[in-house]
Amino acid sequence: MAEEDTKEDFLVPDGETEQPSADGGAALNIPMVEEGSTLIRRMEICVAEAEKRSGKNAVNMQETFSVYLIETRPMDAVAEGRNLAPDSLWRRYSEFELLRNYLIVTYPYIVVPPLPEKRAEFVWHKLSADNMDPDFVERRRVGLENFLLRVASHPVLSNDKIFYHFLTEEHDWKEVVYETGFQAKADSRLRALSATFRVRNPDKRFMEMKHYSDELQSHTSQLLRARARVADRLYGVYKVHGNYGRVFSEWSAIEKEMGDGLQSAGHHMDAYAASIDDILEEEEHYADQIKEYLFYAEALRAVCRKHELTQFELEMASQDLISKKQQREELATGIVRTFSFKGMTNKLFGQEAPEQRESRLKLLEEMIAEGEETVKEKTVECEEHVERAWVDMQRFREQKDKDLREALINYAVMQISMCKKGIQVWSNAKECFLKM
Amino acid sequence: MSVGAPRGLASSGQKPIAEILHPLSATEEPLSVSGGGDKEAGLTNGTPVENSSPASASSLFNRLQLDDDLEADIQDPYALTETRDLFVTVDDPKKHVSTMETYITYRVSTKTTRIEFDLPEYCVRRRYQDFDWLRIKLEDSQPTHLIPPLPEKFVMKGVVDRFSEEFVETRMKALDKFLKRVADHPVLSFNPHLNAFLSAKDLNKRQGLALLTKVGESVKHVAGGYKLRARPAEFCAMGEYLDTFSQKLGTIDRIAQRILKEQSEYLTELREYGTVYSSWAGSEEELQHPLEGVAGCVTTCCSALEEQCENMSQDFLPVLREYLLYIESMKNVLRKRDQSQAEYEGRLEAAVLRKQEDKTPIPVEVEKCQDKVECFNADLKADWERWQSNKRQDFKQLLTGMADKNINHYEKSQAAWESLITLLQEKQTEDKTSDTN
Repeated sequence: MAEEDTKEDFLVPDGETEQPSADGGAALNIPMVEEGSTLIRRMEICVAEAEKRSGKNAVNMQETFSVYLIETRPMDAVAEGRNLAPDSLWRRYSEFELLRNYLIVTYPYIVVPPLPEKRAEFVWHKLSADNMDPDFVERRRVGLENFLLRVASHPVLSNDKIFYHFLTEEHDWKEVVYETGFQAKADSRLRALSATFRVRNPDKRFMEMKHYSDELQSHTSQLLRARARVADRLYGVYKVHGNYGRVFSEWSAIEKEMGDGLQSAGHHMDAYAASIDDILEEEEHYADQIKEYLFYAEALRAVCRKHELTQFELEMASQDLISKKQQREELATGIVRTFSFKGMTNKLFGQEAPEQRESRLKLLEEMIAEGEETVKEKTVECEEHVERAWVDMQRFREQKDKDLREALINYAVMQISMCKKGIQVWSNAKECFLKM
Repeated sequence: MSVGAPRGLASSGQKPIAEILHPLSATEEPLSVSGGGDKEAGLTNGTPVENSSPASASSLFNRLQLDDDLEADIQDPYALTETRDLFVTVDDPKKHVSTMETYITYRVSTKTTRIEFDLPEYCVRRRYQDFDWLRIKLEDSQPTHLIPPLPEKFVMKGVVDRFSEEFVETRMKALDKFLKRVADHPVLSFNPHLNAFLSAKDLNKRQGLALLTKVGESVKHVAGGYKLRARPAEFCAMGEYLDTFSQKLGTIDRIAQRILKEQSEYLTELREYGTVYSSWAGSEEELQHPLEGVAGCVTTCCSALEEQCENMSQDFLPVLREYLLYIESMKNVLRKRDQSQAEYEGRLEAAVLRKQEDKTPIPVEVEKCQDKVECFNADLKADWERWQSNKRQDFKQLLTGMADKNINHYEKSQAAWESLITLLQEKQTEDKTSDTN
């Protein structure tokens, strides 16, 4: 289980894994694909089941983990009604994480779909926060399937070879991922952070989008917290009603005419108290939908950060170029416009020899040519990122609006069904009371 | 059998009990005047169970028959409304501030056709302590009857604001309930104290009706520590019933309060939850209206729930409290009945002993005691039946009311969510059509 280590390495990239992103443009080699050819149209994908396993991890410690069965079937077979046995393979959650990290690095301009939470968060107290809890594993299975479907229906991501490999070949997948050298391209968080503070002219649209991602994150997390508290309280209200069930049935024992009515009303109160379990379990799906967008907010921000970083690098490169050019001018004309150490040494030690000057000038010319090349590259990179990221952010916005609207409708449907259940139970109870 | 007579007349509540203790004892009044001959004493000479005089026995039998006959009617006290001729209401609370004290008075309006009242209508203002006076008087003058309870007299200072609208409203309802229960009672409603309470311009609590002697006293001073020979099974059953019932009611009361607490906490969280949606709406474009819609729905649910909570604390809990107090009154009457039986048994035992020694006949006062016990038993049974049927009606009403309020709350919430769905779906189809255009 070596991936535990490597994954850790990836999550906390240090400065060494970084390279001057001259090859940052590698991502640009991936062709934009039309939406019509998303993988989801060609392949049926599902995460069929989850299973608990145990094994030794990297440091030779016994650990338990869940594996998920991914089943795929070619679409044309499904359409033709041929009932092929699906291709299936097992993947761990950490492999999903690796896949996602690979996608993030490889497609920095795409709002990569998030994975379901690693540990249960924003749960109301009755819900287990245990990673091995069957309900949690099941919800995660649904979440992972959702992730695969989202990637498979993404116009760009769905055509990634590594992704395809992930779905179809169990072995050697990790090796193939590492061979892509994607880790080398990962940007350090520190760099991204410093870029945030020092970038001068970021695209305004990206600034706004970044601001939006912050808001989305804070609103969804507030919503999830508030919902968990509401669920807690609602659970309490229902469960306390269950006490009526007991006391009505005890009371019915001493009543003659009222007895039967009370007794059966008591049963309805029991049913009322029990009904909340299903209601809240169903509501958990809604919470999961909101959670997905909480995590999406992070992905969106990553795209904005990437923009800041490329923009910052572009600015640095052009700054560098400008100062080189200035130096060249100084050297050529002999006029020192700004105070510099070199100017001082010149004054102290007198003018250098002409041949020395020539060679220095030549060196500078070379550096300037190189700098111009870098600026050009960076400009292209930055522009490409802006262009592609903007496209994907628009796609994301549409998807988000549609998804959340549907989620809200579903939530309203859930609330209606809860009301209907409540009305049903209380009407039954009322009938019993009327018979008293 | 005098089937047509109002069953309550048996203990003729409109006459001071000091004068005529009970119709049953009244039939024997001539005997006691004549000093009680051997002959009569001989008639009652027997085992305590069988020694009732033929007159009282038959009259008691009549009464019991009557009760049985009327039981169908008693099942539904509202079927008796046509015979009701005394209507009272308590309303319109007013605050009075004087240098000495601040208090609330309530308007007590009466409409009646009874000849005991000079006028067909009265309207007086009474305060809590007047009600209290009435209840004490009723208890003193009608010890064999179950007197409905008043709302709790003492309130924790600082915890409850005695002059808050809510408190006054709840108390007013309880006082109204009390007075209605008294006015509907076949015996208590003829009590002269009630008459004075309803009609007197100024209620003179010291004098006026002070002529009544306390019958209860005679009961109180006897039979300390005397053990009942045999309490009739039905009264044992009543006692047991009351114990269990009060226990269950107490539990229901606690559950209801707990629900209220949970609901109000839920309400707090729900309000917060609603504001999260509306603040999120502020940072969205397409989703602004859907999110605002959800926030609106949550607000609607909040107010529906709030209404339900209010109803619980103002209508549901007070009824439970009234019955808890009712149970205490009932237990009190049962206790008094036991005392009166004890008094009788004690005296009988003493008389029997004396008779064995010097052949003196059983004194008349022992028989009077016996009659009193029987009268007590009869009244208590009648009141018990009344109370049971009232209780059944009240709880039926209370619990169906609770169910109704819950249904109402859900219906309101459901309507809100349904309208949200139509709103969201309309928007969605609109978008789709605009896309295709």
